Formats: sequence, C-alpha cells, structure tokens
Amino acid sequence: MSMKTEALQAAHGAEEQPLHHQFEELPQQNESYVVGMWVFLVTEIMFFGGMFLAYVLYRWRYSEAWFEAHTKLDIPLGTTNTVVLLTSSLTMALAVHFAQLRNKRLQLAMLGATIGLACVFLVIKAFEWSAKFQHGLVPGPNFTWEGLVPAPQAQLFYSLYFGMTGLHALHVIIGIVVIGVLALLTALDHPLVKNDFIPTELVGLYWHFVDIVGIFLFPLFYLIPK
Amino acid sequence: MSTVAPVFQGESPQSPPSYLKAGHTIKSWLLTGDHKRIAILYLIAVSVFFFFGSIAASMIRVELVSPRGVMLENDTYNKVFTAHGIIMIFFFLIPAIPAVLGNFLLPIMIGARDLAFPRLNLLSWYLYVAGGLCALLAMAFGGVDTGWTFYTPYSSMYSNTNVTLTIVGAFIAGFSSIATGINFIVTVHKMRAPGMTWFRLPLMVWGSYATSVIIVLGTPVVAITLLLVVMERVFHIGVFSPELGGDPVLFQHLFWFYSHPAVYIMILPAMGVINEVITCFTRKRIFGYHFIAFSSLAIAGLGFLVWGHHMFVSSQSMYQGMVFSLLSYLVAVPSAIKTFNWTATIYKGSVRFQTPFLYVLGFIGLFVVGGLTGLFLAAMSTDVHLTDTYFVVAHFHYVMVGGTIMGFLAGLHFWWPKFFGKMYPDNWGKLSALIIFIGFNLTFLPQFVLGYLGMPRRYHYYYFAPEFQFWHIASTAGASILAVGFLIPAVYLLWSLKYGPDAGPNPWGAKGLEWTIPSPPPTTNFVEIPVVREEPYAYDAEADEREERVPAETKR
Ligand code: HEM
Ligand SMILES: [Cu+2]
Repeated sequence: MSMKTEALQAAHGAEEQPLHHQFEELPQQNESYVVGMWVFLVTEIMFFGGMFLAYVLYRWRYSEAWFEAHTKLDIPLGTTNTVVLLTSSLTMALAVHFAQLRNKRLQLAMLGATIGLACVFLVIKAFEWSAKFQHGLVPGPNFTWEGLVPAPQAQLFYSLYFGMTGLHALHVIIGIVVIGVLALLTALDHPLVKNDFIPTELVGLYWHFVDIVGIFLFPLFYLIPK
Repeated sequence: MSTVAPVFQGESPQSPPSYLKAGHTIKSWLLTGDHKRIAILYLIAVSVFFFFGSIAASMIRVELVSPRGVMLENDTYNKVFTAHGIIMIFFFLIPAIPAVLGNFLLPIMIGARDLAFPRLNLLSWYLYVAGGLCALLAMAFGGVDTGWTFYTPYSSMYSNTNVTLTIVGAFIAGFSSIATGINFIVTVHKMRAPGMTWFRLPLMVWGSYATSVIIVLGTPVVAITLLLVVMERVFHIGVFSPELGGDPVLFQHLFWFYSHPAVYIMILPAMGVINEVITCFTRKRIFGYHFIAFSSLAIAGLGFLVWGHHMFVSSQSMYQGMVFSLLSYLVAVPSAIKTFNWTATIYKGSVRFQTPFLYVLGFIGLFVVGGLTGLFLAAMSTDVHLTDTYFVVAHFHYVMVGGTIMGFLAGLHFWWPKFFGKMYPDNWGKLSALIIFIGFNLTFLPQFVLGYLGMPRRYHYYYFAPEFQFWHIASTAGASILAVGFLIPAVYLLWSLKYGPDAGPNPWGAKGLEWTIPSPPPTTNFVEIPVVREEPYAYDAEADEREERVPAETKR
C-alpha cells in the first residue's frame, strides 16, 4: 500500500469491513466467528482429553515403570522446544495486534516469525524422535527395553508419548499450513481477509490452543517425579 | 431491519424465487451454501443409507427364520449385522433429524437468513458423504465383523476384516456431525431475530441446541478412541491391547462415554419435532414449556454420566456399577417429564388426526416402552441376565426406530409441504403410519420375549432352543410389514413432488416463523428479518373456530 492511499484512508476513516450475507450487522458477524472458534476449541479439548485420560490411568497404574521410562527423554531439548513454542505464541499475539491496527507489513512479519518458530519446533522434535528410533524405544515389534521394570509397561509410556506428541505435532503442521494460507491471502489482499482482522484472530486462538497443549505435554512426559 | 412484525409475507409478484428455483444446474446444488439446499442433499443421502441399512436388516431377519440359519455363513452373518448397525447408527440415525429437518428449519425458526457458517455446513455434507463412502467401500470389499461397537482387542489385534477403512469412515462422519453441532450452537446464540428471546425459541430449537452440545462434547472423544484403535492395528501403538500393556476396558469406557450420549443425539431432535407437531394438531400451547426446554439440557448433561450401564459385566467394580445404575435411573426423569407434558398437551386439545399426528402418537407409545425397558436394563441384577440378549436389541429398537424414526417421519410429513410446496395424500399417510406401527410392534415385541427366554444377540442360529422359532418367525413377518410401511411414504412423497396439490404457505394453520413465509421459501428466507412479539405455540382453538379456519374433518 502506497503512502498516498494510506494517507487517504487515514483521512476518510478506514475502509469498511465486509459483511457476509447471512449476517445483519458487523458485531454479530465478528462475535459469531469468535464463538464458533471457541466451540471448536472445546471439541479439541475433548479430542485430546481421551488421550489424557489414558495417560492418567496408566501413569497411576504403572508409576514405577513410567518413571524409569521417562528418564530416557531429553530434557534440554524438551525445554528448548517449550520456550520456542511460547515465543511463537507471543509472535502470534503480535500478529493479531497488528492486524487490528491494519498494519499489514508488521502483521505479515509476525505471521512469518510464527511459522519460522513452528518449523524450529518440528525440527527439534524430529531430532528427538529419531534418537528414539536409534535406541529402539519406538513401540512395535522392534521395541527393546533393558531395565528392571516390565517392557510392556515401558512400551505403554512410549505409545502415549508418540501418540500424544505426534497428535500435537500434527496440530503444529496444520497450524503452519493455516498461518501460511492466511499470510498469503493477506499479502494478496484477498477479499476473504481484506480489512478484516477476525481471520487472524481465529488463527491466533487456534495457535494458542496448540501451545497450551504443548505446555501440558512437557511436564507430563519429561518431568515425572519419582 | 424492520420494526413492525409482518404478519404474513405471502407470495407477491415481486417476492424472490424459491430456493428450489434459485439455480437449476447440478453445480448450483453441489456448491450451494443455502441451508435449505444442503438439507435436501442430506435428505437424499440419508435415504440412500437407510435403504442399504434396511437391506442388511432384511438379511438378518431372513437368516433367523430357521433354528440352524437359512443362507449365511457365520462370518457373513457377523458382517451383515455389523453393516446394519454401522450404517443405521452413524449414517442414518445420528444425522437424520439434525442435518435434514434441523438444517432446513433451525435458521428459519429463529428468524435468520442462514446458519452462521454456510460453507462449514456444506463441508459437513461432503464429510458425511466421504465417510459413508469409506464405510460402504469397506463393506463392499470384504466387510467388517466387529459389530458397530468395535470392541478391542478383537477389533485392534485379531479381526482380519476391513476394520481400518470402516473406522476411517466413522471418524470422518464424526467430524461432519461436529461441524453441524458448532454451526447450530453459534447460530442459536448469535443469529436470533429481534424479540426472539431464549424462552420464545420453539422447542425444536432447544432440542437441536442440546443435541449440538452433546455432539461437541462427545464426538471428539469417540474420534480419538477410534483413532487409537487404528494406531494399535496399524502401528502397534498399544493402548487397549493387553499384549501391548494396555487395558481393553479403557476402550469400553471411552467408547460408551460417547455412545451413550449418542443415543440422546438420536432421540433429542426427535423429541423436538414432537413438540412442534403436537401443539399444531391439538391447537394448544405446549404444557410446561420451561420444563421441556430444561429437560433437554438435563438429558444432555446427565447423559454423560451413565455410560457405565453398558459395562455392568465388563469387570468394572460393583460400586461403579451401583453408581452408574442409580444415575441411569435419574436420566429417565427428564424423559418422563417430557412424556407427561406431551400427554398433558393432548388432554382436552382439539385433536386433528392427520398423518404427522399419528406418527406422534406412535412415537409416544413406542418411546415409553423403550424407555421403561431401559430401566430394566439399568438395574444391575436384571441386566446380568438380560445383557447381550434380544431384550437389549428390542429395547434399543423401541427407542431408536420407535423414537427417532417415528419422530423423523412425523417431522418429514409435517414440513414436507414447507420443503417442496406440495401436499401428499393424507389418507395414504395415515395408512402407512398405521402399517408401520403394527409392523414395528410385531417385529420387536417378540424380541423382548426371546431375550427374556435367553436368545443371545448376534447369533445366527438357535438350534439349542428350537422353541424360539415361533417368536423369530413372528418377528420376521413383522419386519416384512414394516418394510411395506416404509416403502409407501417413499412412493407417495415422491409422487407428490410432481402431482401433489399446492400446499400454500401454511396448510396446517401452524404457528412458528417458518409458516409465515412462502412454501417453498425463498433463498434468503425472509424479505425482511421479522420482529418476534409472541410466545411460541400461541394456538387458540376458539379463535380457530370463530374464524372458521378449522377444516371439516376436525374432531373435538
Ligand atoms: C430412558 C432411558 C434409558 C435407559 C435407562 C437405558 C438403559 C440402557 C442400558 C442399561 C443398556 C445396556 C444393556 C446391556 O447391554 O446390557 C442400554 C442399551 C442400549 N440403549 Fe438404552 N436406555 C435408555 C434410553 C435409550 C435411548 C433413548 C436410546 C436411543 C435412542 C437407547 C439406545 C440404546 C442402545 C443402542 C443400546 C445397545 C448398545 C449396544 O450394546 O449395542 N437407549 N440402554
Ligand atoms: Cu446407554
């Protein structure tokens, strides 16, 4: 956007946000999308909830084996990843902030930063996982366990570890795609997102949810007390 | 937005074309965002699945005519009842009322132009079709034999059938119902017309809302559960199989945490339909509006606390069983509240015995039997004897066919003139309602007896007890009558599309916003968003009489 149009807009007040045909007025439209996103996040909580229930059950039942099994996880890498994820939440929040201010340049920069951090997260995760493959800690026929506690109980720990961090990683990947599409549409001034900060806000809500799940997973798997 | 309430927005030369005429290409249907068109797409799709499910049912009934079976191998029989259960539950009963009647009516009933998210609505239809195709493909290429419940470790470790593809189908269909649920919740919260307060909402809207809450809270849980089964099957990531360290009872807990509430996903929308129809055909206000509204929410809440009654013999502890038993009794209370309110509504009403109302009567009678036998099963001591017998089969068919399908047919007959602007022959409607009622009872009453005598479910022979044959033959005879009963409406409803007389905007003299707009409605539903100044169901039989709005055949 050139300086001139920017100045013009400042003079005439901002351009109208588009109103979709099913709505009567803008606040109704904006609130609907936000409420819809929150309801979707409720379904996400229930979706992860099933796995968290399995986690609670087995950790309580096999607490000794789980303590043993968890010592093979890499705490420094896990900590780094948590920090990376938290930082990406900050950049996402800033992206929403700049979308509201209609500052497209900084909004795009922040979206880009979020994608970058998300990729860093995935790369670190990939290193962690490949180490588990080398040590035979991946559930399945090749699972090897030399320790005092029974192998099936330790395998269960790794089943849930891979199941839950895998599902989380899938959400991160989906997040990268969604943020990428949003950034692209914003850059192209597509009518779906033009003059409308709500799409960014919705993607932001999703991203914060993904972060919160990550923040729960870290202590649950890496920091099991004796 | 207007400030005066248009009493009736009839057809006038400048009124916009109906949603059926808003485009004639296939593309205009397959890419539509209009909730009414999506409802019609759903109607076609669920009818196809109902047809497939019925074929499987007929095969089951034929097989059981003789104590040694008639035509199917053990394996094939397992696949047939699994196909029947999966198709009927996931692809017919769950979407039928919300996605067809709810989709069409919910926005109109609250005075909105569409659902909050039209594109999500269309996506939900595509997901439904994709999921259904996966399940049908799995059945066509070898079938599945786990039963609709997918119990582990059989499903995850041992079954050599197409479990994975079927589960993928159910998983995708789950997201289709989640999409509908989210859409309904947001629409009810944010799209109500001015003056449409929560307590002016038609009870069908309350029912759909409560259903959506269950969908949103329950469906994701079954989705992750089924995903874990697939992971165990494919990658040996064991969570449920004892060989891999897991616990199969955990699967049952997670599965029933969804699947008990799922029975309310099936019945609550049907109950919603009943309210609309019963008030219209008795010309009365509903008895106990608030009680009915809140009992829907109570059912939605309590329904999440009773799943253990499916697991009395699963090794769950006795105390757990006692708690679940008690809570199951509690859930019968809101159901009973509704039933009493409906009977109280009929009492001293100016009843008109037309087709939709006959289905309502059928619903009440059959649902009461189904609900009460649920209490037999919720008592631990009787359930130990009755579980996994035909008694359970009879119980759930009374609530699901007698409840949900009767409710669906009542609603379909009530709103058919609104959907298509055409009237069907009422006498044929009444006849088929009667045939369905008789056929249904003849099919499933004998199954209570069979179950009580000890006939196990999911067996395809009973040579150990040939005396069961009498009851099985009765049941199969009933199923044949039932099939005829379902075919007749299919014929005359389709017939009416072309040859039926025009229905006009309000053929039943019914209240509710959907009856203030033309039939079939225009794409945007309302020319101007109405302002609501009245409670729902403001029927007044005496005023009807004064204004001679009562058709000749009305009985008092
Ligand atoms: C009035 C409240 C109800 C109670 C107390 C109740 C109770 C029960 C109990 C205890 C069982 C387990 C029987 C066993 O496996 O041993 C059962 C099974 C079942 N019920 Fe109900 N029920 C009620 C209403 C409903 C409704 C409204 C529906 C559906 C619309 C329904 C559908 C089913 C189904 C499908 C099964 C069998 C599941 C299977 O094992 O395949 N029930 N019910
Ligand atoms: Cu149940």
